[in-house]
Amino acid sequence: MRRPFFSQMTSAPPTSAPSRGFPLLRQIASGLFTLAITLIGLLLVTFLIGRVVPIDPVLSIVGERATAAQYEAARQALGLDEPLWRQFAIYVTDALQGDLGTSIRTREPIAGEIARYFPATLELATLGTIIGVLVGVPAGVLAATRPGSLADQIVRLVGLMGYSMPVFWLGLIGLLVFYGHLGWVGGPGRLDPAYEMMLEFSMTQYTGAILIDTALNGAWDVFTNALSHIILPAGLLGYVSMAYISRMTRSFMMNELGQEYITTARVKGMPEWRVIWVHAMRNVMVPLITVIALSYAYLLEGSVLTETIFAWPGLGSYITDALFTADMPAVLGGTIVVGVVFVTLNMASDILYRLIDPRARG
Amino acid sequence: MTTLRAWLTDPNPGSRRPARLGQAWLAWLRLRRTPLAMSGLAIVSLLLAMAAFAPLFATHDPTVQDLTQRLLPPGTPGHWLGTDDFGRDIWSRIVHGARITLYIVALVALTAPPLGLLIGTVAGYFGGWVDEVLMRLTDIFLAFPRLILALALVAVLGPGIFNAVIAIALTAWPPYARVARAETLTVRNSDYIAAVRLQGAGAGRIILGHVMPMCLPSVIIRVTLDMAGVILIAAGLGFLGLGAQPPLPEWGLMISSGRKFLFEQWWVATMPGLAIFFVSLGFNLLGDGLRDVLDPRSASR
Repeated sequence: MRRPFFSQMTSAPPTSAPSRGFPLLRQIASGLFTLAITLIGLLLVTFLIGRVVPIDPVLSIVGERATAAQYEAARQALGLDEPLWRQFAIYVTDALQGDLGTSIRTREPIAGEIARYFPATLELATLGTIIGVLVGVPAGVLAATRPGSLADQIVRLVGLMGYSMPVFWLGLIGLLVFYGHLGWVGGPGRLDPAYEMMLEFSMTQYTGAILIDTALNGAWDVFTNALSHIILPAGLLGYVSMAYISRMTRSFMMNELGQEYITTARVKGMPEWRVIWVHAMRNVMVPLITVIALSYAYLLEGSVLTETIFAWPGLGSYITDALFTADMPAVLGGTIVVGVVFVTLNMASDILYRLIDPRARG
Repeated sequence: MTTLRAWLTDPNPGSRRPARLGQAWLAWLRLRRTPLAMSGLAIVSLLLAMAAFAPLFATHDPTVQDLTQRLLPPGTPGHWLGTDDFGRDIWSRIVHGARITLYIVALVALTAPPLGLLIGTVAGYFGGWVDEVLMRLTDIFLAFPRLILALALVAVLGPGIFNAVIAIALTAWPPYARVARAETLTVRNSDYIAAVRLQGAGAGRIILGHVMPMCLPSVIIRVTLDMAGVILIAAGLGFLGLGAQPPLPEWGLMISSGRKFLFEQWWVATMPGLAIFFVSLGFNLLGDGLRDVLDPRSASR
């Protein structure tokens, strides 16, 4: 049986057929091979999109009034006189070496720009996932232990609402209520402008994640300010991932609670919290890791719209800004980065899944 | 009525058609017992009605501007949801926007699932290297984050509703291919397929006439569940200015135009968002209920 590499949203990860030798190593190797093929395919798609785009990359560099000789020189410098397959080979080699081309807008290397923008997105998505797990897992367990109850219905409805909510709209409403009317949170951006200067000039930036950097510098007033800015967008993304995580937790837990070892534990008089949180949870954790990794990947994507709302200087803002200035290389560079992270997270969760669950090793 | 019901619930149906209708009737009875699914059905029906009879529901022309009536708050006589920055009635725009939403949803539902169905059944039926290649292709498209791929595609194709539909459809087919392939694998080696093959049917005839129908139920459930996501992505593209263009009353676009005065005139951005939310909630509730009713795996509960 062919094992699908990507676990689908609605189903638990399938188990694999047994193999001989060093099964885990072999599976990781075949996984890496799949990863390589997928990444090349990803690059092929962005490459083709980049070729059919109706903007002439040469013209955007040399300008409208360049002579034919200048034009031809620039064309050769970009490698556009080569046959298409060689262009693609160059493209892949460059990408593997971390060269995603040059931004038309800023004339700077795209990889470097993305490296500056990415930590902000990562910080947002990470905090969102943490919130999603902390709320979603207990909610799913609660629903699973009382199926059909009012609590179960509420968890289900709140989850479905999370699936149905346009995230950019919820962000606007959040800003309107919590920032505009109540004044409980900071507004758009990562910091108030005054603190922005402090961060820039008087602090060591260790990671690019403001919460961690300010804490390491001991600048707690800046930390508090950053927290007040991040909490709304992170809570928003947390809600989206909570919707997915609680739903999956519920179905995994329901499945586990029907097993015989649970009945045995209950008959032996084990306290219910221990049955659920220790015995059943250990088995629920295994498929749940895949779910959490997937929802983390979705948050990285979901941050595109969220970031535009909150003026969050992350990858999403970078891509949309590039889009509006017709800076296609930058758009595609951002697409590649998100795609690579997406694929890698999937792959990592797959391997982790095998490491944790001896049954999946075959 | 009673004779009709008796005919539908007859345990010994005379032929194939009553048997199938009877099954559908039983599924409908099960669906009717779940209030959440029924409210979803109600919302989706309301969307259909609003789109079909938009001029009857609307109180004003959705595109006529009246600058003396700018930014009136909700509850103003004649404009119960208020007006936007060009003095256009928000309620009428939402009603007419239902048409655009439905147009997008219908076009995606007519293109992506058949494409996925074709790829999935062909891959599953032939197996071997065909399967390997097609499924690898599916994995690659599945690996792309949907919204970002749609963004890149629209950036190339240029903004507009139709291009947004193409971009969404191109990112929406892989899950259908997955579902169809899985279903195909379960029927591929069954006796009835072997019988058709022995009668001399070619691969095309077997796939179109005998494999695809078996995949339809699971694909249809998946479509209903997916529609909410399609609506959200379309609204997101509209919000970024890459989908429908002004002055079309597209909901995502309306939110983005209301963003400028969010803090003073909150209703301009809020109302269309509520419409998006309710419609996609409707599709989610309905799809959820349909899955419980139609999916044999969960029906055994």
